[in-house]
Amino acid sequence: MTDHQYDHSSNRLEGVRAAITGGTSGLGLALVRELTARGARVAFIARTASSIEEVARSNHGTSGIVGDVSKKPEIHPIVLQVLGALGGLDVLINNASSLGPTPLALLGDTECEDFELALTTNVLGPFRLTKALLGALSASAREGTGSVVLNVSSDAAINAYPEWGAYGASKAALHHMTRIWREEVAAEGIRMLSLDPGDMDTPLHAAAVPGADRTSLERPATAARGLADAIESAMPTPSISGGGRRAPAASEVRE
Amino acid sequence: MIAADRPVQRPRNARMLVVDAGGRIRHAFRSRFIDLLRPGDLLVANDAATLPASLHGVHLRSGDSIEVRLAGRPSVALDDVQTFSALVFGTGDFRTRTEDRPLPPSLETGDRVEFGSVGKLTATIEGFFDHPRLVALRFGGSAGDVWSGLARHGRPIQYAHMPAALELGDVWTPIAAMPVAFEAPSATFAVDWRLIGALRARGIGFQTITLAAGLSSTGDSELDKRLPLDEPYRIPENTAHAIRLCRTRGGRVVAAGTTVVRALEHSASVHGHVRAGDGLATQRVGPARQLRIVDAILSGTHEPGVSHFELLRAFADDDTLAAATAELEAFGYRTHEFGDSVFIEQIANRNLTRSDAALETTVPALTSLLM
Repeated sequence: MTDHQYDHSSNRLEGVRAAITGGTSGLGLALVRELTARGARVAFIARTASSIEEVARSNHGTSGIVGDVSKKPEIHPIVLQVLGALGGLDVLINNASSLGPTPLALLGDTECEDFELALTTNVLGPFRLTKALLGALSASAREGTGSVVLNVSSDAAINAYPEWGAYGASKAALHHMTRIWREEVAAEGIRMLSLDPGDMDTPLHAAAVPGADRTSLERPATAARGLADAIESAMPTPSISGGGRRAPAASEVRE
Repeated sequence: MIAADRPVQRPRNARMLVVDAGGRIRHAFRSRFIDLLRPGDLLVANDAATLPASLHGVHLRSGDSIEVRLAGRPSVALDDVQTFSALVFGTGDFRTRTEDRPLPPSLETGDRVEFGSVGKLTATIEGFFDHPRLVALRFGGSAGDVWSGLARHGRPIQYAHMPAALELGDVWTPIAAMPVAFEAPSATFAVDWRLIGALRARGIGFQTITLAAGLSSTGDSELDKRLPLDEPYRIPENTAHAIRLCRTRGGRVVAAGTTVVRALEHSASVHGHVRAGDGLATQRVGPARQLRIVDAILSGTHEPGVSHFELLRAFADDDTLAAATAELEAFGYRTHEFGDSVFIEQIANRNLTRSDAALETTVPALTSLLM
């Protein structure tokens, strides 16, 4: 992924209403900043009220929502506040992720409860949020704004890394679910993306690989730029033609 | 009829009584609803999502419990959430029938109400709509504070026929988009993504409007006579365009629910045609009203006398509706928001006078306090 300054001349995210889960750290925080910089109106969701206030304060115009996407009773209250804050929704980014057991563990040593947390956070949470917001997303699509759901995937969804069992299985499920969503809602005008941002220097990576050489890891801001480019490419072309689509910088997870 | 007492939006055995344009009545399964539509028809549904509009709190001056049910709003704009009209009750909750609920504490203009302890939502009584239980309410704080307060402390409005407490997800329709309704636009429960895909495959149009569906019952016979209260709505450009096209080409406009009828007919009565944009439906659709736009309706099963039933009288004459009601009773159809359905085509050659405007009734001044 090349590090480049964003070219604002073909900005398809200006005024776009975007919701980002896990928006107070790592990639999620970088996405809040990147999308806001591109003119999007952003609502972000996270579990800790104090972190939310801090991020909302330093990213003017964003709305922070307290909620845990892994908990079913919290989904509709989150969705209500997202729609209330933004007046509708064009882009949903399911970024919040759980590693499962930390430190990572062999499947034979993984507690069921830790596996469940990975599944509820990484699969059921995105499923429930997408389902509850499908009406709003399809309304945007009908009105010509276009709508995109980006599910943040991982190469662990494809490759069998020992000790990444709960995470890898949940991300594989998320990735496959995204492919099925894509088939089912294409006719409604909703684009579904499953993208792997690559290894980044984030709290999640630090929890998974405590001894990693951080200098070898990509900065979340760089990955966020690639994902934002990919979302832009998936949005309908503005009426003025010749914007010149850029190839998505983040690599689509391949089967 | 039998009260539907479980929050299942699309029971597999949901039934649908069909009244066709000739006044003939037959029984069908609601899952076969699409077979009643023809290529070139247009189905219009209400995509309003439902607010958790029931709030339990404390009336500060007396220290007594109060339940506030949000009932009306000036617009469907999602940042316009400070002022509402609201119905107030005393102690208790939905488990007690609304007509048996204790009266609220005696309220005065300027009284304050608090909801919840953590992340408190506060409101001030700003006035009354000619009735001690129908108040103008103003929430404190920003729009964001109101949304988080509603998310935290509000519950869906529900009634005693449903014993279990409803979650917001129970009343969130498949296409719910704009959270503006005070009660679920329940005809939309039947509109799922499979149906929308099937409509497309058969060349039947599908569009939405958004109408802030209000209360279906107040527990007070005087107030019930004023239902439905004024309801703001929004008609998207695409919908207005699709309706024009459908009518030009001889298709039928089919409404999924009374709220769709109300929005489209109000727009047409004001502008002469369905125009894109925001409006406030103040009229009552009933027997005296000639329908200008809607040709058929999918609706719940309604008891004679309630406001939703009155609207059905715009589609069919009283004899036909009496026969349909007898059929619903005889065959044990289920009623209320999670109940069975009726599909009624506008009966041809009804003896209607065109003096509907003169007979139309409105509830005056309900919104003036809110603007």
